[in-house]
Amino acid sequence: MATAPVLPGGFELPLEPRLPRLGSVDAVALEERAASLATRSIKREAKLFALDLAIRMMDLTTLEGADTPGKVAALSSKGIRPDPSDPNIPSVAAICVYPNLVPYAVQRTKGTSVKVAAVATAFPSGQSSLEVKLLETREVIEAGAHEVDMVINRGAFLSGRYAEVYDEVVRVKEVCAGRAHLKVILETGELGTYDNVRRASLLAIAGGADFIKTSTGKLPTSATLPVQLCMLEVIRDVHEETGRVVGMKAAGGIRQSKQAVQFLVQVHETLGLAWLTPDRYRLGASTLLNDVLMQIRKERTGRYQNPDYFTVD
Amino acid sequence: MTKDKRELARRQDKAPIATAWDYAPAPEARDIVKIQERYGLFIGGKFVEPASGERYTTIDPAREEPLAEVAQAGKADVDRAVRAARDAFANGWSALRPSERAKYLFRIARLLQERSREFAVLESINGGKPIRESRDVDVPLAAAHFFYYAGWADKLEYAFPNRKPRPVGVAGQIIPWNFPLLMLAWKIAPALAAGNTVVLKPAETTPLSALLFCDVLRQAELPPGVVNIVTGDGRAGAELVSHPDVNKIAFTGSTEVGKAIQKTLAGTGKRLTLELGGKAANIIFDDAPLDQAVEGIVNGIYFNQGHVCCAGSRLLVEESIYETVIAKLKRRMATLRVGDPLDKNTDVGAINSKQQLDKISALVQSGVDEGAEIYQPPCKLPERGYWFVPTVFTNVAQSYRIAQEEIFGPVLSVLTFRTPDEAIEKANNTPYGLSAGVWTEKGSRILAMAQRLRAGVVWANTYNRFDPAAPFGGYKESGFGREGGRHGLEPYVVLDDA
Repeated sequence: MATAPVLPGGFELPLEPRLPRLGSVDAVALEERAASLATRSIKREAKLFALDLAIRMMDLTTLEGADTPGKVAALSSKGIRPDPSDPNIPSVAAICVYPNLVPYAVQRTKGTSVKVAAVATAFPSGQSSLEVKLLETREVIEAGAHEVDMVINRGAFLSGRYAEVYDEVVRVKEVCAGRAHLKVILETGELGTYDNVRRASLLAIAGGADFIKTSTGKLPTSATLPVQLCMLEVIRDVHEETGRVVGMKAAGGIRQSKQAVQFLVQVHETLGLAWLTPDRYRLGASTLLNDVLMQIRKERTGRYQNPDYFTVD
Repeated sequence: MTKDKRELARRQDKAPIATAWDYAPAPEARDIVKIQERYGLFIGGKFVEPASGERYTTIDPAREEPLAEVAQAGKADVDRAVRAARDAFANGWSALRPSERAKYLFRIARLLQERSREFAVLESINGGKPIRESRDVDVPLAAAHFFYYAGWADKLEYAFPNRKPRPVGVAGQIIPWNFPLLMLAWKIAPALAAGNTVVLKPAETTPLSALLFCDVLRQAELPPGVVNIVTGDGRAGAELVSHPDVNKIAFTGSTEVGKAIQKTLAGTGKRLTLELGGKAANIIFDDAPLDQAVEGIVNGIYFNQGHVCCAGSRLLVEESIYETVIAKLKRRMATLRVGDPLDKNTDVGAINSKQQLDKISALVQSGVDEGAEIYQPPCKLPERGYWFVPTVFTNVAQSYRIAQEEIFGPVLSVLTFRTPDEAIEKANNTPYGLSAGVWTEKGSRILAMAQRLRAGVVWANTYNRFDPAAPFGGYKESGFGREGGRHGLEPYVVLDDA
């Protein structure tokens, strides 16, 4: 195949594993494809399948200044057993919290399948020194986090200092290696173009990301369907070119079951069934869970139940 | 670990690993549209029995089930329709204030929008196209055409500066089965906007949306005789073409029939526009946004089962990215959902008729026989109905029939090129010249290619995109005359000096 490893201008990537050509993205066609996939009509068993998956793949998230041990404990319990009245509802994949709250989440989820993910590296802006970022990463891992959600240095990226972006990912990855999964947040709402999203995705993957993640959730524009499609296409190219498996996490702005199903359909039709597992796909969300629970009950009983029957945590 | 937590862990471990995510059927309801048992001919504002006494059955190609009995117009019927159109032209329509004509067109456009679901379902039932396309493309575009030409009706002087436009008279219009309602809109909207009256013959296999359109005309209170619809096979079309009191013929269909029409009209003084076949090149350069280009390839050839005159049926790929593009294309093809046209998740519907299916099958066989490499994704087709698996041929030589002849089905032939010059040479090396596609990130190259491609439409980084404001039409054996845009008015006006 004639595709050479292409290096984003101005720095060098390691030649192994080989990366797909940088390539480009046509915004109009990308959005068209995303819109067309969003019209898939998912009903009955197919919908229940998707909703069950959505819970299994959910990173139940709270990232507020007002987070307390009590809030995190409650959220963790919710994540372990989302619907106490229905034993068939699975646990979520992980609880996602700020560094200070990692110990409480770890304590509450101990012995369950639910993982603890911590945002780190001066989340959400990433505007801090590398030393601080590395220190924070070390701390959350030592506190027991299984997964680290880092942010890329958008300041460096947007001023063309790609090597710096890459370097930071590599250094954080070194701290995580063997101890925690690394999810790299691109904060696509700040990147401006799909070409940049593609480039940042490749940088993150080259730097060692286990997952690439759309957003911090702190911007008005977070995970959109075209952005996810753009990132999934990078993951697909990397997988085809090198065999390496990279996961995807869509986060921010996904509040309705219907959206969640649209995101999953896109994964299904872009990367196939193999990516529809919590090891390869996550939905980061804070308020989605109850809507999913409500929809599941609606599918099963044919009726919408009063929101008071779903716990608020 | 508490007992509860152990139980949870156990459950999580045993989480079933999915082996498939089959989308449950999501069919659009058929009963939104009422199909009559039999239809007459729409002449002079009402349905009349055909003098010929002849009828035929129109079917649902996805189920091979009869839908309705439709009239076969004979010579006397066509004559009656032309006389009704002449009468309406002479006694009111052509002298009507242009702003009044516009009102009717606006009304028709709005009614099409209001009844869009009905039309979409009917179009899919009678033609086999997926509801996703009839709902999102055919019907909205048909309404858009009426809106667009409604706007021109009272501004014709501005369309042709320093000339005085007047209507031509009675237009005989013959349309194909691939976009029945949309082609009707392409034909009727500019004709009426310019003050002509119309006798339109829908395709033999897909008359129902045109017959439902008659009800829209009734609702819009269009004066009787301004639009007349005569159904039937090619014989009815031939009668319309040779009728002495028709001033203009507009035909969309096969090149073979187009040539016959042109022969018939030679020396009669009747105006003619032809929109015929195509064998378009879709050209992918190595700097193209590949995933989007693959979408464009798929949309170019598998849209409407490839029953598209401007389909991108010849894929020209720069050799350096050939393998990547083919791998991506094959993988994408495997995700195409072929089946029930009324299912909202269907991507590729039914082939329009048995006859067309036989033609596609024969050409595909010729491709195999000539030595091209065939690929068809695994695909479970319904047992009844006319279906064809999306197909791609690689290793195709320019001389193979599948690279030369219009297949009009979901069949793609892939060729390679090395330089832009070679791409141009191969793209233009066809008797047709309707459309072409260029995929590259380089703007200057797009312009250079568009200039040298002998095709009426050149799409850049997109394909099969239509807009009422954009003229559409062919070079060479793809026909002449333009439809859409200001150019689309030209065939329907006589331009006197101001």
